[in-house]
Amino acid sequence: MKRFYAFVKKEFYHILRDYRTMLILFGMPVAQIMLFGFAITNEIKDAHIAILDPSKDHETSRLNEKILSSGYFILDKYLNSPGEIESVFEEGKVKIVVVYDEDFGRKLLKNKAASIQIIADATDPNTANTLTNYISAIFQDYVQSQNPLAISPVRVIPEVRFRYNPDLKGVFLFIPGLITIILMLVSAMMTSISLTREKELGTMEVLLASPMKPVQIIVAKVIPYIILAFIISIVILLLGYLVFKVPVKGNIALLISEFLLFIITALSLGILISTIAKTQQVALMMSLMGLMLPTIILSGFIFPVENMPKILQWISYLIPAKWFITIVKGIMLKGLGIEAIWKETLIILGFTLFFLIVSIKKFKIRLA
Amino acid sequence: MSQAVIIDHVSKNYGKIKALRNINLEIQQQEIFGLIGPDGAGKTSLFRILTTLLLPDEGRASILGQDVIRDYKKIRKIIGYMPGRFSLYQDLSVEENLSLFAAIFGTTIEENYDLVKEIYSQIEPFKKRKAGNLSGGMKQKLALSCALIHKPEILFLDEPTTGVDPVSRKEFWGMLRRLKDYGITILVSTPYMDEANLCDRIGLIQNGELLSVNTPEQLKSEYPNRLFAIHSEKKYQILQSLKGYENTHSIFSFGDEIHYVDKRKNAIPEVLENDFNGLDLPEFKLKEIQPTVEDCFLELMQQK
Amino acid sequence: MDHVITSNNLTKKFGNFTAVDRISFSVLKGEIFGFLGANGAGKTTVMKMFCGLLSPTGGEGSVAGLDIFTQREKIKKRIGYMSQRFSLYEDLTVSENITFYAGIYGLKKNDIKEKREALTERLHLGDFQNNLISSLPLGWKQKLAFSVALIHSPDIVFLDEPTGGVDPVTRRQFWDLIYEAARQGVTIFVTTHYMDEAEYCDRISMMVDGRIEALGKPSELKTQFGVKTMNEVFLKLARK
Repeated sequence: MKRFYAFVKKEFYHILRDYRTMLILFGMPVAQIMLFGFAITNEIKDAHIAILDPSKDHETSRLNEKILSSGYFILDKYLNSPGEIESVFEEGKVKIVVVYDEDFGRKLLKNKAASIQIIADATDPNTANTLTNYISAIFQDYVQSQNPLAISPVRVIPEVRFRYNPDLKGVFLFIPGLITIILMLVSAMMTSISLTREKELGTMEVLLASPMKPVQIIVAKVIPYIILAFIISIVILLLGYLVFKVPVKGNIALLISEFLLFIITALSLGILISTIAKTQQVALMMSLMGLMLPTIILSGFIFPVENMPKILQWISYLIPAKWFITIVKGIMLKGLGIEAIWKETLIILGFTLFFLIVSIKKFKIRLA
Repeated sequence: MSQAVIIDHVSKNYGKIKALRNINLEIQQQEIFGLIGPDGAGKTSLFRILTTLLLPDEGRASILGQDVIRDYKKIRKIIGYMPGRFSLYQDLSVEENLSLFAAIFGTTIEENYDLVKEIYSQIEPFKKRKAGNLSGGMKQKLALSCALIHKPEILFLDEPTTGVDPVSRKEFWGMLRRLKDYGITILVSTPYMDEANLCDRIGLIQNGELLSVNTPEQLKSEYPNRLFAIHSEKKYQILQSLKGYENTHSIFSFGDEIHYVDKRKNAIPEVLENDFNGLDLPEFKLKEIQPTVEDCFLELMQQK
Repeated sequence: MDHVITSNNLTKKFGNFTAVDRISFSVLKGEIFGFLGANGAGKTTVMKMFCGLLSPTGGEGSVAGLDIFTQREKIKKRIGYMSQRFSLYEDLTVSENITFYAGIYGLKKNDIKEKREALTERLHLGDFQNNLISSLPLGWKQKLAFSVALIHSPDIVFLDEPTGGVDPVTRRQFWDLIYEAARQGVTIFVTTHYMDEAEYCDRISMMVDGRIEALGKPSELKTQFGVKTMNEVFLKLARK
């Protein structure tokens, strides 16, 4: 036990003496939250909108008022004919155009159905997607508030995520994603690099020729990273809460246990990488290309997985982060309990066990 | 006395490269055994097999009766190993490095201080300094202290003196001699032939093959030729001329002299001087000398 | 005779630490100059200053008639450098390495081809032109690295522990190459930890704690210190 403790202590020295890495590890999440947090809200606040409203009745004017008073849109102009749509987009300032049906108010009252067309400038698909979702949500909200019992008569595609994010804040979605990425980065990348560093320096040779068991070496090496990753994720949570008022609706203890589980998942991936990579450089490349990139792209963090080709959706099932983001969003934003997320939790647990067993089997008791 | 290390028909290949070819060797307890040969001769591979870090392709080896494959856990408790590059944690201080290695082997600096005292006391004034900021000689002393702190029964030192200046090298060998008095068996490898004389027994290794295993004195006494040293102001010219001479068996420059062996086994200085004068050489002096370990190594290489 | 390297009170300080302390000496054209000293005595710093890689903090110095303060870029074209650590690209073939280094120094295409053929012929590497460097024995690599360092016909070549770990036969073959280059007028500036190699040098300087403590022919130094071998000279000086 004493040798184990001494080894953990040594690992902490490595981490704490590497000021630059520490700065990156703690500075990066803070900078990213600030940057993305403000960038996302600003972008939405400044979005220029044009409206084509041939019916000009009571309903449409109420709706327009709601859109424009939401704080996310600035009215560019009212259009007079469908021919103008093309030209406002060409000017480039307007990001989104709302087109009402003719006789919108009458159709809504009489047929309980009226249609609205939302046209977005998709040169930046993410913004377009977000804006479209916002407007749909505003319409839906309006219709429901008018007639709470009726089945939503306005044809808009409901975006589930926004139902639980009534303030329509992008940063809410961003926090769970960011926590996932940072946990992955600290746990997987840092452990794989720190293990391969011992190989490169030749100290692994001395450790292996000593009575330390390989399992002891691994566990002692990852403990500091578990703690570090944990602290960082709490920092992100706090920042999200204090600066952007991102709430944790669900049970904090449950959320933290899920964090710990995912940290161990990421660590086991890091160990797996270190059994394959011989140098720090290779470990870094493998973590970035093999873990970070798929995590960012396929986890639904930035790009909605639902819009991807089927094959990519299938692959995304193999990304532990995808399940983790679902869990974190569920607990933080929807206030779900374990009964709603046990399936995802079990999947991640399965991944973790698999990676742990493979990497411990692959970790050699000898050099070759 | 019993054997500390037994190596029995050990071979190791890396793909097509034969790193070790059929090595047989026994090392006695409490001896300083030197494995002497150039880089790439197979020294490190042999050390890694003995320290249980590498599996031999063929043959068997044991350390104090424990098999290097089957009983690797027991062996790891009783050996001290210092790999070729001084494997220290560069960002830890001198003291932190030493206490870490002590803890890994389940001991403390205080417990075995007497063993490392002589070596460690030389670097103790710098104990707060990071290992990365030490000079080559100091790193070497710290690495040796770390390998010794658990009082191993056998010490494996892989090229501990490579790239270290002659002064530090001399001090280092002094320390090894004194460690022997503690009953520690020492296996050390080096590319410097002059260090052979400081070992109890040596093995000359080249291209994965043991050329000879002997005491330095016995090795030199078994040198098969009469060896002559030639002194001259114009060494290079003599060297070039004699390389083409029909009776030259071998000719090598050695410091400020040239070592010459004649094909005729019984050539005496007078005869040689006479012959050489017929070759129109610059002025020189010639005398018969005793061979060094390097002469023996060169002769054995030539026989291969 | 020509002085290819001169140094007058040359000094290099890193902060408060004086790595090289007012050293003065000169090296003649075609001379083999051995530059000895303990680890950390300041040898590498001196070598870097002469190669134009480090700027001195005091004194004067010149290499091939060029000032080491102001003409560092010009110096780089007139010198060759080889060390045990950095020499050839392991993942390139013999001929690719030669072509690459010749190209760096701006040799013309036809000259490169000619040099490459002459060089591989001299080192008996003709059959191995298309082998990767990593597949060659250490001794061959070192010999090739030395020849490559000479490819642009430099005035001086700096060798930093060129023979470390090389077997005794190859080590002597390496020195044959050094002698040959020196006879053609190339000045050799070499560091080594093998004291018998110190004897092969025309003159030797001995550095202790940033200062040159002794300088002369090997025979002179041995007489001066009243000992029989260079090893003893080294031990006497560095132990002071």
